[in-house]
Order: sequence, then structure tokens, then C-alpha cells
Amino acid sequence: MEHYLNLAIKAIFIENMVLAFFLGMCSFLACSRKVETAIGLGIAVVFVQTLTLPLNNLILKHLLEEGALGWLHPSLAGLDFTFLAFIVFISTIAAATQIVEMALDRYFPALYTSLGVFLPLIAVNCAILGGSLFMAERDYTFAESVVFAIGSGTGFLLAIVALAAVREKMSYSNPPRGLRGLGIAFVATGLISIGFMIFSGIQL
Amino acid sequence: MTAAAWTRTAIGAALLRPLVNNNPIALQMLGICSALAVTTKLDKALVMAISLTVVAGLSNLLVSLIRKAIPTTIRIIVQLAIVSSVVIMVDQVLKAYLYEISLELSVFVGLIITNCIVLGRTEGFAMQNPPLISFVDGIGNGLGYGLVLLAVGFIREFIGTGKLFGYTVLPTVYEGGWYVPNSMFLLAPAAFFIIAAMIWCLRTWKPEQQEKG
Repeated sequence: MEHYLNLAIKAIFIENMVLAFFLGMCSFLACSRKVETAIGLGIAVVFVQTLTLPLNNLILKHLLEEGALGWLHPSLAGLDFTFLAFIVFISTIAAATQIVEMALDRYFPALYTSLGVFLPLIAVNCAILGGSLFMAERDYTFAESVVFAIGSGTGFLLAIVALAAVREKMSYSNPPRGLRGLGIAFVATGLISIGFMIFSGIQL
Repeated sequence: MTAAAWTRTAIGAALLRPLVNNNPIALQMLGICSALAVTTKLDKALVMAISLTVVAGLSNLLVSLIRKAIPTTIRIIVQLAIVSSVVIMVDQVLKAYLYEISLELSVFVGLIITNCIVLGRTEGFAMQNPPLISFVDGIGNGLGYGLVLLAVGFIREFIGTGKLFGYTVLPTVYEGGWYVPNSMFLLAPAAFFIIAAMIWCLRTWKPEQQEKG
């Protein structure tokens, strides 16, 4: 149990997807002008991440890895399809976002109107694909991948809401002309990132 | 102007425009994710820049070749499939010949798939244009990306460790020299500040890029 708690804290704070690995920067900057939109995108990311990362884990462990196909036929045990991981992961993610979008539209129209616009964006969000690739690289088990998915998604949510709150306040300030908008958003992100670095001292 | 001469200028423009005037990172703000993560060392940045140029060029070429056969409703998935196949190829080559660097780049080679520059060019350019010019456009955008990557990598490795490409330029105090390296530049926050400074300089130089409000 303690191991999973550590993993979650590590994924949320110490190895924050955005602030430590720069993943998902494009949508992070584009959707952080308002706190409401930021929360919407953040929740959508947590949702899709929790759905696709364990799914990719299952596919990797039971179809792609060396010896994984042994259950089909002993002669297939020597096959290693890990090089196909990229294309399989991105297909799972694209398909999952499509299905989620259609399901939300059909059964939860209210949720669809608030999250719907972000779902197509998420298919090409590097934080989602990056999560799956980290899972493959670090060789997580299924349970670990579930925890890591929730943790990394929550980390993204936390970072984007924090930046959106800062940017909302910043619209009242008067930065130099060249820094307005994107420039000052980068400075704010850098400062938040410094803030998150204090967590790297935690020994787990 | 003859047709041949026109094509030649168009190809030249496709290659050169993304380098300065329409740089994908600095002006269009695409593909920043990897630009920040792989720039702690120049050799990493260089390998990443070359990989992305190859991927952008080849996937533009392939998408452009079959652009008339792609149904519009599923075009994004088709493009993603093409891009990821090219990325798998590049990744295998890196693992075979540059194993050390491919370990350091870890997940970021795979993340070229979701790099907005590549998808942005296949969707925005290759879907409407013939193969040759699309290929050149992809290479041009890859080079523009590489230019920024190398600039950021130069600043971070030089100030952060006093080295360039791993060779000592400024002897550090730890090796008996005089230079006290500022290792803050190797950490994540410095990358954000460098990009912010770059945007500031560029927008002071080209005021039409400034945002209102």
C-alpha cells in the first residue's frame, strides 16, 4: 500500500508531467486563460489518462512483449513486438478519446458540452502518450499503472489550474509589451516550477 | 517567370521561411514540449533536431503522396498512423547506432508523434500540396525547430556546465579552473525562463507579433 502511495505522490508532485517533464505544454498554455476551462481540460486529461494508460499496460504485457503471445501457441512465444508500441499506444488513445466523446454525447450531454471540446485535443496531448511511454519504460505492473495514471493526470490538473489562476490575476497587471500573453505565461510557469522543485527533496 | 523558375522559388521559400520569418517554435509556439526537455545537452538537442527533421520531411512526403486517397473524416488517424510508423523507424535506427543518446532521450523520441509541428504540417500543408514541395516544407520546419533547439541547448549546456558537446570550454572550479557553473540552467525552470526571454526579444524585434491586452 505504501508503495502505491509513494508512486502517486511522486507522479503528482515530484515528477509533475508539465513542470518537470514539459509534457502537454501546448494545451497547457492554450487552455490556461480561465480557471473554468483549465479545470475542464484537467478533468478530461485525468479521465482519459486513467482509461488509456492501464489499457496500454494490458496490451503491452499480454500482446506485445517478448513471450507475451505464448498463451496463444507455444511457437509464438519467441515473438517480440515491443517496437510496435508507439503506433499501438497512439491508436488506443485516439480510439479511446473517440469512444469517450461519443459515449458522453449520448449519455451525459451536460458533461459533453463542458468537456467535449477538449477531447479531440487530448488525442494529441503529449502528457497522455508520454504517460504510456513512461509506463513502458519503467515497466509498471497493472496496479502501478492505474496509480501512475491517476497521479500523473492529477499533477497536470493541479499545474494547469494553478497557472490559470495566476494568469487571471495577471490580466490586471502591466508587463512590458513584448512579454504580454505568452511570454509572461512562461515566466509564471517557470516560477511555479521552482515552487514544485521543493518536493524533489522528499525521500520516499 | 517560367513555370520551372516559379517552382524553384516556391521550394526555396518553403525551405527558408520556417527558419526565421515563420519559425515554428518561436513564432507559432508549436512543439515546445520537447524543445524544453531535451536541451540540457547540445548532443541530445542535435540528435533530436535531426530526428524531427527526418520525421517531418518523410511524413509530409508520405501524406502528400496519398492525400487524394485519404477520406477527410478519418484523416487525423491516418496521419497519426503514418507519423508513428516513421517515428518507429527513426527510433529503431537511433537504438541501433546511437544507443547511449537514445537512452537519454528516453520517451521523447516517441513523443515526436504528438509533436504539434509534425501534425501541424501534415494537416496544414501536405494535405493540399504536391509531394516534392511538401517534403521540402517538412525539412524546412524541422530545421527551424532544430535552430531554436540548438540555441537553447547552447545556452543551457554552456552556462550550466561550461561545456559544449561535452568538451570543456570554460574550466570549472571543480576541475581546477575558474568558472563556477550555474547548474540552475540544467533544471526545468530555467528552460521556461529562456523561452520567455526569447519570446520577449523576438516580439520587441517584430512588434506585429505582440499580443493585445
